[in-house]
Amino acid sequence: MSSKLRILVGVKRVVDSAVKVRVNSAQTGVETANVKHSMNPFDEIAVEEAIRLREKHGKDAVEEIVAVSCGPTKAQETLRTALAMGADRAVHVKTDAELEPLSVAKLLSKIVETEKPSLVILGKQAIDDDSNQTGQMLAGLLNWPQATFASKVDIKDGSLEVVREVDGGLETVSSSLPAIVTTDLRLNEPRYASLPNIMKAKKKPLKTVSPADLGIEIRSRLQTLKVTEPAKRQGGKIVASVDELLDKLRNEAKVL
Amino acid sequence: LSSLVFVETKGSGIEEGALNAISAARKLSGPVTAVVAGSEADAAAKTVAKIEGVDKVVVAKDAMFDHALPETTASLLKALQEKEGSTHIFAPHSAAGKNVMPRLAALLDSQQISDIVAIEGEDTFVRPVYAGNAIATVKTSDAIKILTVRTTSFPAAVYSDAASATEEVAPTIDASPLSKWVKEDVAKSDRPDLAAAKRVVSGGRAVKSSEGFKIIYDLADKIGAAVGASRAAVDAGYCDNSLQVGQTGRIVAPELYIAIGISGAIQHLAGMKDSKVIVAINKDADAPIFQLADYGLVGDLFTIVPELMEKV
Repeated sequence: MSSKLRILVGVKRVVDSAVKVRVNSAQTGVETANVKHSMNPFDEIAVEEAIRLREKHGKDAVEEIVAVSCGPTKAQETLRTALAMGADRAVHVKTDAELEPLSVAKLLSKIVETEKPSLVILGKQAIDDDSNQTGQMLAGLLNWPQATFASKVDIKDGSLEVVREVDGGLETVSSSLPAIVTTDLRLNEPRYASLPNIMKAKKKPLKTVSPADLGIEIRSRLQTLKVTEPAKRQGGKIVASVDELLDKLRNEAKVL
Repeated sequence: LSSLVFVETKGSGIEEGALNAISAARKLSGPVTAVVAGSEADAAAKTVAKIEGVDKVVVAKDAMFDHALPETTASLLKALQEKEGSTHIFAPHSAAGKNVMPRLAALLDSQQISDIVAIEGEDTFVRPVYAGNAIATVKTSDAIKILTVRTTSFPAAVYSDAASATEEVAPTIDASPLSKWVKEDVAKSDRPDLAAAKRVVSGGRAVKSSEGFKIIYDLADKIGAAVGASRAAVDAGYCDNSLQVGQTGRIVAPELYIAIGISGAIQHLAGMKDSKVIVAINKDADAPIFQLADYGLVGDLFTIVPELMEKV
């Protein structure tokens, strides 16, 4: 690699993927109190990819990996996880405001202005809101090239080549740096942080800034009118044989 | 009120999800303008002009829009929104729609609403969150609404004999720096497309190998179905990634969905639970998929599927 790389990764604290979420009784959202939270799985893949790029190209080539998270104080737990995985330092944009993807993209664009990364890696979507927007929005705000849904990332001679997961298979795109990459599931398998690394992460630098420090006023565009449970399926019927199954499909469900 | 719908071109053809996005746009009162872009956009536009519910087709014939490259395509849509004064911009929640629309939303300073499943008014939309375990109704205060559409929730618009007017445009696009398309490795198949198929046969981890996955293809071919897979099967390398059904893969809602050797993780159910009839075949009687399936058959898939093939 010819020039030095600084990589910024975005991480979000979300309800753990194994939790079966419940809509609250007021129908304003899902129950999040006393529910296990973790780093968004796609963001773990983003952190892992940044670390692997450094392992592949060397510490001189990837000079720094900076993790960023926007949200309440507890977002710092997620940043500590990123630091334990191998990020060098963290920036917490602290706010208790409800954050929509466009707000996050605006906050990140200001962090990019000060941190000057050559590559930003984000998860393709957060598994709570399922929006799949922030990376593309950040690329639009910065007027940077974007390579979303990455399943393979290569950097050589200061340019980026990414294999993307698209509807029918895979697509390869290339671009100059700086650029935005968003991660898909098969990019890598994130490592677990070791206990010594978790201890070391407690001493790594974590800076807190406010949206006001960044010159951003958080403004919500969307009002959630209600949140409901999805329609329940009447499943659970067990048939005894292939013959019975075919009979039901032909004569009861009439789909064969 | 007027709508713009982004129609992804595939050479001289179009990506079918646009038909569902056009139906969604049609639910609003205003006129619907379809946008077709790429080096063969003029040929594709002839097809799009015949879609019922399209009032006008705008054609941007330029190779810079091929493969729905996000940087150029988002800038084009922004220019067309300004020209047409569109209040709503739709695209299917496809790989291309997901890639292009949020970039456009940032350029227009609008908070996109992704993966809508219903329209309750010109500013109010319904969308699943948390892998479909909750359904949110949201109202936007943005003047320009950017929407991606869950294609299985809106019927496909049909073709008619009458053709709507087409208009060539060549807006000035500031398209640098941009990404370059290098190549694609798209699975060629005579089977129906997963997202639009009336029947889907899916295999999971219990299929055990790529050789084992052959019986999934065979059963699918026997009943004219598309082939799907769970994330576990894709990650294990039993089949191509393009087959993945789930929260982060394809969303399907066929008349018949047969889940074979799939336990039913939340993330998989998110991609198929709107199917009309669900059949589950699994050795483990406690697999969560059985709670959702209309018909469950407990047993070894390597015995059941061949018998099913013989008798169907």
